[in-house]
Amino acid sequence: MTWFLVGVIVGATVLADYFQTRAMRRHGEIHDFRPGALGRAAATLARKGYVITAVAMMAVSFFAFLTLLSRADLSFAVPATAASFVINTVVARYLLKERVNWRRWTGAGLVACGVALLAL
Amino acid sequence: MRRAAPAKGSQENGASRTDEQPPRRRRPAVRIALLASIVILANALGNFSMKCGIDRYGARLGASVWTYLRVLFEPWVALGIGLLILWLLARMALLSLADLSYVLPVTSVGYALNAVLARVFLGEHMSAARWVGTLVIVAGVALVGSTSARTTLAARTAADPPAVVPEEVR
Repeated sequence: MTWFLVGVIVGATVLADYFQTRAMRRHGEIHDFRPGALGRAAATLARKGYVITAVAMMAVSFFAFLTLLSRADLSFAVPATAASFVINTVVARYLLKERVNWRRWTGAGLVACGVALLAL
Repeated sequence: MRRAAPAKGSQENGASRTDEQPPRRRRPAVRIALLASIVILANALGNFSMKCGIDRYGARLGASVWTYLRVLFEPWVALGIGLLILWLLARMALLSLADLSYVLPVTSVGYALNAVLARVFLGEHMSAARWVGTLVIVAGVALVGSTSARTTLAARTAADPPAVVPEEVR
């Protein structure tokens, strides 16, 4: 059950990050950081399907994390959810077409090893 | 020869380039360090406080929707959520000032802090594998962060304007 919850958290986090990235790339760069302009950008973005999906996924991830905290140690729950770094790197490379160099792959590999150690 | 007369009349010279930059960078550096510590502390303390609240609540979550609604009003859980909102906002502010390749390794310290909080204040049993696993994750996140922040739009520099203007603005 705990690893199932970790899977839900990681899956939802990765989907949220993926949809957020797609939405922000389509929106374009934000250069005006005054509160009014930021508010207007947020209002525009809040109506986009990708952003709504991303926020829904964040909510799923949050409530799954609460559930995990009620069943597992804090010192397990927080590092275990770092597995999202690994899946995120794969998604970035193959779905978002980012160029992932060896350092990033090594970093993601280390995170994967760390999560595997938590399972012991 | 140029160094003999530092700041007098050498404004257009190539030499003035190196003299004038450092003082301006100093103030943001303090702000960045401050924001980074807020990001690390708010994340670790937020998770810690949520765990305290859920332990106090007692029951395991997941049986019904009501347990979730009730646990949200548990004071420690509410405080934890507040801290996580602060974490999100501080992280956004930090990302607007610093590179992601700075933010990721610096904030990965939070995993270690989280482990220490769990060990000291919650009395959780930390096996050797758990310590090593946590530290390996810190190293992994730090390594991911040591790469350049952008790989897809490498050709575009900060100097030229974005190619796409939002459709709504007309």
